[in-house]
Amino acid sequence: MKTLAELQALRDDMKAQVGVRREGQYRMRVVVGMATCGIAAGARPVLAACTEELEKRKLTDVIVAQTGCIGICQYEPVVEVFDADGSKTTYVHVTPDKVPKIFAQHIVNGSPVVEYTIGANAK
Amino acid sequence: MVRSHVLVCGGTGCHSSGSDKIFEHFEEEIKKSGLEGEVKVIKTGCFGLCALGPVVVVYPEGAFYSKVTPDDVKEIVSEHLLKGRLVSRLLYTETVKEDTVTSLDDTDFYRKQMRVALRNCGVIDPENIKEYIAYDGYMALAKCLTEMTPEQVVKTILDSGLRGRGGGGFPTGRKWGFAAAQPAGEKYVCCNADEGDPGAFMDRSVLEGDPHSVLEAMAIAGYAIGASHGYIYVRAEYPIAVKRLSIALQQAREIGILGENILGTGFSFDVDIRLGAGAFVCGEETALLNSIEGKRGDPRPRPPFPAVKGLFGKPSIINNVETLANVPQIILKGAEWFSSIGTEKSPGTKVFALGGKIKHTGLVEVPMGTTLREIIEEIGGGIPNGKKFKAVQTGGPSGGCIPAEHLDIPVDYENLTAIGSIMGSGGMIVMDEDNCMVDIAKFFLKFTVDESCGKCTPCRIGIRRMLEILEKITSGNGTMEDIDTLEELCYFIKENALCGLGQTAPNPVLSTLRYFRNEYEAHVIDKKCPAGICKDLLTYVINPDKCKGCTLCAKNCPVGAISGELKGAHTIDTDKCIKCGVCVAGCKFKAIEKR
Repeated sequence: MKTLAELQALRDDMKAQVGVRREGQYRMRVVVGMATCGIAAGARPVLAACTEELEKRKLTDVIVAQTGCIGICQYEPVVEVFDADGSKTTYVHVTPDKVPKIFAQHIVNGSPVVEYTIGANAK
Repeated sequence: MVRSHVLVCGGTGCHSSGSDKIFEHFEEEIKKSGLEGEVKVIKTGCFGLCALGPVVVVYPEGAFYSKVTPDDVKEIVSEHLLKGRLVSRLLYTETVKEDTVTSLDDTDFYRKQMRVALRNCGVIDPENIKEYIAYDGYMALAKCLTEMTPEQVVKTILDSGLRGRGGGGFPTGRKWGFAAAQPAGEKYVCCNADEGDPGAFMDRSVLEGDPHSVLEAMAIAGYAIGASHGYIYVRAEYPIAVKRLSIALQQAREIGILGENILGTGFSFDVDIRLGAGAFVCGEETALLNSIEGKRGDPRPRPPFPAVKGLFGKPSIINNVETLANVPQIILKGAEWFSSIGTEKSPGTKVFALGGKIKHTGLVEVPMGTTLREIIEEIGGGIPNGKKFKAVQTGGPSGGCIPAEHLDIPVDYENLTAIGSIMGSGGMIVMDEDNCMVDIAKFFLKFTVDESCGKCTPCRIGIRRMLEILEKITSGNGTMEDIDTLEELCYFIKENALCGLGQTAPNPVLSTLRYFRNEYEAHVIDKKCPAGICKDLLTYVINPDKCKGCTLCAKNCPVGAISGELKGAHTIDTDKCIKCGVCVAGCKFKAIEKR
């Protein structure tokens, strides 16, 4: 490393990687239901797709976490998105290919993907 | 992409209770569950709550698991990491609220703390320079080299009001200024990591948890005074610190942040590690210089001061580990930010190692001006087992004991000196009603007698005479004249010893004489030890009203000093009794008393 610019570039690159360790300092929280029901319905690839989106878009102010059974096993895989004000959007029957849209439309631009929500899918 | 970080404390405290095993188990279990690439395990430095070790923190939830055993790892991996269910039985109870975890910062232990020197301890992987860089590591050095002149660096440190954290409290900026003012040529930056006070582990924790902050600060100091070489003098008794420091040094050289022509600015700086064999006196700066040079660790008379004629006869500065750990933050955030923390005369924060009779044994960092009561009762959680606070010892063998009546003074250099103790390097040993203050004074004096280098007479012979008097008093043979002689010796040694070790050695005796003279007098006049510690002054007696004659004590007594019939009151033969206390511990009826 021979210049200040190189040091700064390395820092910015690393900052994204340790971002997961910042407690309580995030804009949005994405929670994937990872109980037995969720895993059986395919929550693992959904979780992986979410973390990939984080990396691709360098979102340092969003965290992806898992949780246990949300209680609506027939709708798994379930992904909940918590906004900064605490309001919650519940996405159901999520697949890895639905994840990019949720990120692009909701996480980045702030408008929920209505057709994936529990409200649009309730039977 | 990694979605979760598991931070396992790798400080000496948790390491000795098996955290390296826990680390290995995590790696194995994560592999078994196919979570590689999703979950990263990191070995960090000290979190501070050593009493609850081994400590594991899982992010992004920030779940704080305490007293984890290797057997618990499987459950954490399968429940928490795979399924997202917290393992509540292992969570630190204070962080659990209605099924979710609350921030560690809201616990009693952390709420009043402010981490500047310890900012990266328990946060980063100390064996990975990139993690240090992620938290603005080496940016302060870069700022100095590209935006500041050496004079500006010295002025910033001077304006910040930073004072030596090794105990002396000398303004760091002035020290740097003296060395910078010397004619250009060979100069040296030394880091004093020879932490020797019993019960103190502040510097060790910084070196174990954040070694790069010390290296960065040394390079900044080198730029400020015009030195291109530094030495860290660290004791060989700190194997983890030495290892992490060596790794840090190697990584810094590899990426070119230390060495020749740093960041293309033309400034060169490198550091060597010197291992100390553990002599207490080598923490004294002039003795430390001798030891680095390969000579016997004897203090040199001052003047000339090291800033003029130090290592290898060249202008040198010697700074303590914690002092240096503050420097990068001061450069980045400015002198004003630093001087706004703490008190007017003692700005900034101070790290303390809490030990002794206290619930939360561990490492804390608080702004100067925090009261002793806040540190001991709120952060430290108070005295365990419902016992009563008696005194707190600060400053190690050079410090003194502070009684309950002074608990409300704000901690800074001047206040602690005014009540007969010192700030010292930050050891804080809490004592309760079961501690005998004469015995404590004797303990510290024994330490200084052992560690005296023998160069000057007041220290070599004087402290030994003091110890003999204390032994006489605790064995019940003391007279009131002995107390007077003891006090006289104290003042004489304070004035006449060559270096700091001797000059401060009488402090534990002086402060206990000042605040606990009644205990000395009880030993001399009544031939009693009020706390029940000094064996020669104790007799064990069986209360015949309480004794049920179960014969347990008679069976347990290793010297056969107890006799009596089954179901009849027993008696102790005081001539045979060796006062080991086995009978007291075993008696179910609390019939045996110490008098």
